[in-house]
Formats: sequence, C-alpha cells, structure tokens
Amino acid sequence: MSGPGHATYLGMPAFPEAADTSTRDTRLRANLRHATHTIRTKRATAVAELDDWGRLRAAGAAIKDRTLRHLDHYLERLESAVTAAGGQVHWAADADEANRIVTELVRATGEHEVVKVKSMATQEIGLNDALAEAGITAYETDLAELIVQLGDDLPSHILVPAIHRNRSEIRDIFAERMARWGRPAPDGLTDAPADLAEAARLHLREKFLNAKVAVSGANFMVAETGTLVVVESEGNGRMCLTLPDTLISVVGIEKVVPTFQDLEVFLQLLPRSSTAERMNPYTSMWTGTSDDDGPRTFHLVLLDNGRTDTLADTVGRQALRCIRCSACLNVCPVYERAGGHAYGSAYPGPIGAILTPQLRGTQSALDASLPYASSLCGACYEVCPVAIDIPEILVHLRERVVEGGPVSVRGTRAVIKPAKGHAAERAAMRAARWALDHPSVLRTGQRLASRTRRLHPRRLPGPGRAWSDTRELPAVPAESFRDWWQRTRATNDRSTP
Amino acid sequence: MRVGLFITCVNDTLYPHTGRAVVTLLERLGVEVGFPAGQSCCGQPHFNTGYRHETEPLVRRYATAFRGYDHIVTPSGSCAAMVRDNYPRIGAKAAAEGRGQELAEAAATVVPRTHELTEFLTDVLGVTDVGAYYPHTVTYHPTCHGLRMLRLGDRPRALLGAVRGLDLVELPGAEECCGFGGTFAVKNAAVSAAMGADKARNITATGAQAVCTVDNSCQMHIGGTLARQGSAVRPVHIAEILASTEEHVW
Repeated sequence: MSGPGHATYLGMPAFPEAADTSTRDTRLRANLRHATHTIRTKRATAVAELDDWGRLRAAGAAIKDRTLRHLDHYLERLESAVTAAGGQVHWAADADEANRIVTELVRATGEHEVVKVKSMATQEIGLNDALAEAGITAYETDLAELIVQLGDDLPSHILVPAIHRNRSEIRDIFAERMARWGRPAPDGLTDAPADLAEAARLHLREKFLNAKVAVSGANFMVAETGTLVVVESEGNGRMCLTLPDTLISVVGIEKVVPTFQDLEVFLQLLPRSSTAERMNPYTSMWTGTSDDDGPRTFHLVLLDNGRTDTLADTVGRQALRCIRCSACLNVCPVYERAGGHAYGSAYPGPIGAILTPQLRGTQSALDASLPYASSLCGACYEVCPVAIDIPEILVHLRERVVEGGPVSVRGTRAVIKPAKGHAAERAAMRAARWALDHPSVLRTGQRLASRTRRLHPRRLPGPGRAWSDTRELPAVPAESFRDWWQRTRATNDRSTP
Repeated sequence: MRVGLFITCVNDTLYPHTGRAVVTLLERLGVEVGFPAGQSCCGQPHFNTGYRHETEPLVRRYATAFRGYDHIVTPSGSCAAMVRDNYPRIGAKAAAEGRGQELAEAAATVVPRTHELTEFLTDVLGVTDVGAYYPHTVTYHPTCHGLRMLRLGDRPRALLGAVRGLDLVELPGAEECCGFGGTFAVKNAAVSAAMGADKARNITATGAQAVCTVDNSCQMHIGGTLARQGSAVRPVHIAEILASTEEHVW
C-alpha cells in the first residue's frame, strides 16, 4: 500500500498516566485552549439566538428515547425502505464483522482504493487498518482527517480531529507527507490557511476524480423513507457521496430516526452545537440509488458493536442519544488539559468517557479509568443538545468499575467482577464509611488530628503526594466544629432531638 | 422555625470557623439554629467514586439526624446537591434492587428541606442584605455543583453585592471548574493541578484580596494551589463574609 504505518489505540495507558504526559505538553495545551475556548464562545452565541432551545433540546432527547425504545421496529422499517429504494442492507454485530463485510464489498468491485467521508463509526471499528491488511488503501478526505492520516496520527476530537495541531505543524505535515499519498504539496507552501486549503484541495481533487468506491458514515437514517443524511462543512463528503460508482455506508444502529420530519429538530440542534453555525454548509441526503445520478450501488452496513448492550442499561442508555456534535468536548476542562488522545478511543472527551466503557466494557485498565476522567463539573450536561446526563452516567459506570454487577454482554445478561486494582481503595472507603457512620469515632479522629497538628508534615508521603505535590495542605484547627458546639452551645440547644 | 445546621465533614474537621460564621449569621437574622450531633458526612466521596452501597448508611443517618427540623441548612453547594440530586437516585436504585422503599422514603423526607446557605437566605428568609460589613476586594468563584446542580444563579452575588465595604471584582473564566472534584484531585492529579493552576492564576490576576466560594472543599484545592503559587489571595467562605460586621470583622 502507498500510505505509511498506522497509529492505533490498542495498548494505550490508562487515562491518568496518559494525561500526566499530555498536560506537560505546552504546545498542545495552548492549541487546545485556543481552539476550545473559541468554539465554546461561538456555540453559546449560536444557541442563545434561539428562544426555544430548551424545547428543541427536550424534543431531541424525546425523539431519540422513543426511537431507542422501539429500535428493533425502526431498524426493520429502515431496512425495508432502503431495500425498496435499491440499496442493500448488511447487519454487523461487532467491529470485526463490519470490517469483514466492507472489505468483501470493496474486493467485489475489484478496486484497491476507496475515498472516505469523515465518519466516527469507521474510526470506532478501525476500518482503515482492516482495509490496509486486505491491500486496500482508504483515503480520508475530510481536511482534518487528512491531516491526521498524513501525520500517522490519531484523531483527538470528534468534530475537529486535528485540533491538537496548529497551522505551522499542518504546513510541515503537508510539505513532508503529501507526496507519499498522492499529489505533493506545492513548493514554498506557507502556513496561511488559504494556502493550506488550496494544497489540500489539489491533493484531494485527484482522489475524488479517480475513486470508484466511497465509504461513509451517516449522521441520521430516516426509517420511513430509507434516507441517509450526512452533515458537513467542506463539501468533500458530497464529492465522495456523488462521484464514485459504489457507496458503502457504515452506520451505528442508534442513528435511526422515525420520520423525515424528525430531522427538523436535529438539523437545528447539530450545527449550532458543533460548529456554532445556524446551518451547516452541506447537508447531503440520499435514498437508495438512482439511474440518473450518484452511485449505482449502495450498501448500508448497520453496526451494533456494543450498542444493544448499552441499550440494556437503564442509566447508561442515554449515551445512545448522542449526535456526535462534540459540544461536551469543547466545554470540558479535563479534555482541554489532557487532550483527546488520552481517552484512548475514537470518542474522546466526556461522551467518550461514558461511551467507550459501555461499548468496549470496563475490563482493561484504560477503559476502567475513563469514568474517572471527570471532575463531575457538569458543564457537558449543560451544553448537550440531547440532554445526556453525562455526570450521572460517569458515576454509574464508576460503580460498575469498583463493584462490578449486572451487565449485558452480546445480548446476554451477565454479572461482571470489579475491575482490578481497587482493593485498597475499597477497604479505605469501607473504613471511612464506618468511621463516618460512628460520630464518636469521627470525633476521636478529629481530636487526635487536632492534638498532633503541630507535627503534621507539609508534604504527604505515598499516595498523598498526589495532593501535596501541587497544593498546600489545609491546617488542622485546634478544635472541630462539633467540639466547639458542645463546649459552647450544647446545653442551650433546645432543638437537638 | 426549627433549623438544623448540616455542617459537613470537611467543615466540621478542617473549617470550623465557617460553621461558627453560619451560626453567628443565622442567629443575627433571628433564626434558632440546632446542631444534631448524630450528623456526619453526606456520603458524596463514596457515591461519586462508585461506592453507592457504602453511601446508604449515611443517607439513613442524615435523614434520622435531621428528623423534626423544618429546614436543613448547609454551607456547601456540593453537599446540598448530593442530598437533593443523588439521595433520590440512591433510594430508587435500592428499590430497584428489591430492597424496599425505605431509602427512597428517607430521601424524600430530606430533599425538600435541604438548602444551601445562600438559597436559604434568599429564598426562605427572603433577605439579600444581611447587614454585613467586609472592607475588602473580593472575587467570587461559582463552584460547579452550586452553579449547575443547585442553579444558585445570582444569589451569592446578590448577597455579596449588599455587603457594605465589599468591592466585588469579576473573575475571568469564573464558570470553569477549579479542578477539585473530590477523589478526582488525587486520581487525576495532573489534570486537577493543571485546572487549579489556571484557576489560581485567574484569581490572582483580578487583584482581589480574597476569593469567595460557597464550598470549602473546592477552597481547600484553590487555596492550597494559591499558597503554593505564592499568591497573597486568601480563600474565604461566603458565610464568613456575611457574618462579618463593623463590630466584628470576621
């Protein structure tokens, strides 16, 4: 194949270790701070323009919830409608099956190259790597995905996959790498945005005009009509959706909406939340195939890959409402400091912290650490256009990590054990709860701390260093509140039951 | 009106002067304050770390300790939010696990009576001018659970705005989390510290003498970071400002 090696999420360290490194990267911190603060301010303005935003948000959540309650029904309707319109529908239980189906479909065309529309589902399943193993080169055509692909890099944001790069880094990547994938960057390329865009345009135009097969995802699928919808800014997606002979769309099963009219809600919620635009520049819709225009062959691969199991969880299923706008990433103070790669999956930020451990499980150290990658500040819930209570799900998944419990695994009920490495914490939590449930013990501890307060070190040893490395410890007072109250007030307190 | 003070474990152990300020303030406003000795911790550290079952005895303890009080007042937005948002969830999950309605009923008895201090002042007592005097430049950091779970809105600012002598200066990026987050502060120490450092720098840049919040747990992190940065800005709980008068500057 023509492209260089591939980066992978496999074997990445747990979130705290990854973030320990990434928070020290001053250039990354500056890039992310600038980008997230710019877009979060714009989003707030775009949302404030609508006086019915709250009702739109409630409608979006309600449509998604109703659809998810009857998901089997709407998926079968969708399958019938797509088939009736000339498309072919394939069902993939997991990533391997989806990758196998797509690989076989591409092979059947005899082609060795595909162009890709920006798609989260195909990032989730690692499609490009699977195709590469079969000798098929996938060309990313979204500008930011192109930057990531040329740089042997991984996406770090849902909407802006190369958010961790600034324009001088992009210039270097284009100048050094474009030639290995196709048309080289023009000589003397500068880091002016117009120059970079022109270089990408020339490089990609060659791909669009040669491609016979395109692979996409979709933002929405309409059950009643069999229509798929892709929402984008650049128009590169539309090139892929209209020029090649064969179109293969890989879409998560939760992307279905019942009726065409439901799009009225989501096509308002999505652009304002993601790019802070009233309306996105390109909304492409297609229904099966047509003899006059567009692809002659259309395949829809419906992807489960953990979604049915997520749906079985009464608290966690809210995550399936997600429309991948990335507003939660842009307001998240943890994402802003740690960067997207620390989340170790295609879905970074708060939504990734609740989606990945549900889709992949909580057994690996990385996946078990994700629900803790939040201070529970609640900014994500506030901006979510479909009102996913992300903090509630984070806490719910933390319980799954430390206590185990009932889950659905490939459609079957199972009881999982706690994730490894929490025994000491569990013992400490139990001891603390016991002391707190015995106020006399709590009081004894407080008095001991007060009497020895002059002996307390300013820096803590062992795990306590995590606190005292960057923060002074609070001084322990001479007397707790409860002792002060008893000494000065208790006899006068008529209201103590 | 019988008011029970829920001091919280952090204030009880580390910040008793905040508790004394609450008592002084409420008594000055004519409220009879009780302190049931059976109270302990709301259970938030356990619940938010994933140990829901360890939280259950503490939910029961809270409900029992404050039985008979018309209102429960606490100088912590985070602990008030724990009771109001999470106690019903804990009760509902216990019921769903087939362990009866007892916890859900216990939660239902305390949720409507539990108020964060500034809510109690503005919504129950109906006051914004509490007769306080505090001759300092102060900036206000709205802590996340007060801001987004309790929806305290302008209440703390309105109370501070009525304090004589107080010069309130705006904090840039006020609504961004300070990075405390309970066990987050040690589990994800690097990110927590990075958030705290940014918050502390913003606070120092205001030129204020003190940074005010409704939560001493966040203050422990903010104040500890400010001190480590060598900043002269002092962390102060809003109760201490509101308790302060010409006769006794807190």
